[in-house]
Amino acid sequence: MSIAGLVRANLTRNKKRTFLTVASVIVAFFLFGLLRSVITTLDAAAEVGSEARLVTLNASGLTFPMPEAHANRLAGFDGVRSVTWSNWFGGYYQDPQDYFAQFAIKADTWLPMYSEVRIVAGDADAFLRERTAALVGVGLLEKYGWEVGQTVTLQGTFFAGDWDFNIRAAYVPEDPSFGDENMYFHYEYLYERNPNVVTPGWFILQLDQPERAAEIAAAIDDLFRNSSAPTETQTERAFQAGFVTMWGNIGFLVTVLGTAVFFAILFVAANTMMMAVRERIGEIAVLKTLGFTDGKLAGMVIAESVAITLVGGALGLLLARGALSGGNPLQSFFPGLAVTGGTFLLGLTLALALGLITGAIPAWQSARLSVAGALRRIG
Amino acid sequence: MSSPASEAASAERGASPRPALVQISGLSKSYRRGSETIHVFDDVDLEMHDGEFLALMGPSGSGKSTLLNIIAGLDTPDKGSVVVGGEDVTRMKARRLAAWRATHIGFVFQFYNLLPVLTAAQNVELPLLLTRLSKADRRRHVMTALEVVGLTDRAEHFPKQLSGGQQQRVGIARAIVSDPTIILADEPTGDLDASSGDEILTLLERLNAEFSKTILIVTHDAHAAERAQATMHLDKGELVR
Repeated sequence: MSIAGLVRANLTRNKKRTFLTVASVIVAFFLFGLLRSVITTLDAAAEVGSEARLVTLNASGLTFPMPEAHANRLAGFDGVRSVTWSNWFGGYYQDPQDYFAQFAIKADTWLPMYSEVRIVAGDADAFLRERTAALVGVGLLEKYGWEVGQTVTLQGTFFAGDWDFNIRAAYVPEDPSFGDENMYFHYEYLYERNPNVVTPGWFILQLDQPERAAEIAAAIDDLFRNSSAPTETQTERAFQAGFVTMWGNIGFLVTVLGTAVFFAILFVAANTMMMAVRERIGEIAVLKTLGFTDGKLAGMVIAESVAITLVGGALGLLLARGALSGGNPLQSFFPGLAVTGGTFLLGLTLALALGLITGAIPAWQSARLSVAGALRRIG
Repeated sequence: MSSPASEAASAERGASPRPALVQISGLSKSYRRGSETIHVFDDVDLEMHDGEFLALMGPSGSGKSTLLNIIAGLDTPDKGSVVVGGEDVTRMKARRLAAWRATHIGFVFQFYNLLPVLTAAQNVELPLLLTRLSKADRRRHVMTALEVVGLTDRAEHFPKQLSGGQQQRVGIARAIVSDPTIILADEPTGDLDASSGDEILTLLERLNAEFSKTILIVTHDAHAAERAQATMHLDKGELVR
């Protein structure tokens, strides 16, 4: 046996209580892992867009149309290398509650512009050639069990009716925050079925010199200020960040919830540790009689506490990682949602801090214990 | 006061008295209970020599256990000194005192006070965790101590699997495993039936006779006290022969 063995023996003294304490810590850190991952994913999503691309949309809002004719004028701007556009589709596959993002894109200009979209199955040319072809994220393939070459039917919401798509290619994003559960298809397909309704939703401009982004954006908006469709132009990153802020101050809310959970568990764990020490007063007195120093006994109590919180913390974080790894419904809302290494490290640091804090009071109690008084009590 | 046993031993040798292993001088202890001061004992002197086996008797509340605790460095006196093996216990700082206790004191409790989550061998090993002995050496010392108390076959049993007498023998093995300077036993037979109590006293006698261990026991039991070489009485705050 060793001092560590003695700590281990004390942890197994009341297995039910130790299990319940560890379980409460697991729940706390499971929640921490989930909530923290939402924050890190939102932060990453705000960074996903390029600074080398501009997004031009109707100044009245994303839902207002843009004349296709704007594309040629935008392409003629000094410093703009290429222009493409995209539309929100908003359909669903079988279950209206089962959401994923679909975009109608000007594929021949969109695909070359988005080099971060890597085709991993099928063929980009086949996608570009066929009007009803679709480019699908691998996450979506996994989610629905689709395969490249398969025809799938989506039900339209803004654009009513059944829409057949032939999956011709699958992609993996270079940046997980881009999301691998999106579907892209041809703008022309959308237009031919709704010619009087469909216009580009927003334009995307590839710049030659990203450092001129602000200057070019201002010039574009000036140009269209008095047109039928005034524009608002910003970098793609700012555009993405704007989407993120649509979630409101979710980061603050998550932080408040996480802090509340942390302190609730802190009190539970501290109370348990104090209870564990209180019922071992006699044994602590005996150990002191045998020559164990106050410091050694305090260290043993803290080691017990830290063992509980670290084991519980690690298990909770692993559970959160498991829960967020692939196939979870939140992936559609938060592409790339996962427990990052940073979250894991922060969680373990918090677990260590929790152990030290909850162990501190009982450790101090055990160190301060009067042996003679305790021995008188136990006989 | 010097114990009769040590005086007799000195007289037999016809030499100058040996230096005492335990030298208690002018020891006083009192407690505060509210506004009241309770004097436990006052100006107590005691000498105990190496290899002696003494019994300390007295009525409940007379301060026997308090005196034992002070000798072990577990409690502090109001005044006076306790010198054990040339070191004044009352002047030691807590950390030094803990190390000193680990080396010099073997303590036997009335209610055994074994850790229920540890086996007999692990309980006996506890004092050795504070030494630099290797695991193998610790195991060897543990088995030797268990052999002395006749419990090698119960080494892997937990306290709840042992009888009271066996638990007390484990307690004694724990007290002797680090070969301390002195063994202090507080009512070692107080929780045992007559037969088990007798076994424990026989074991203590043997430790004194065969291994020359210096032993001081506190007891209510006159029969138990008779097994010691000398008996002292602590009553009304005074230590008398």
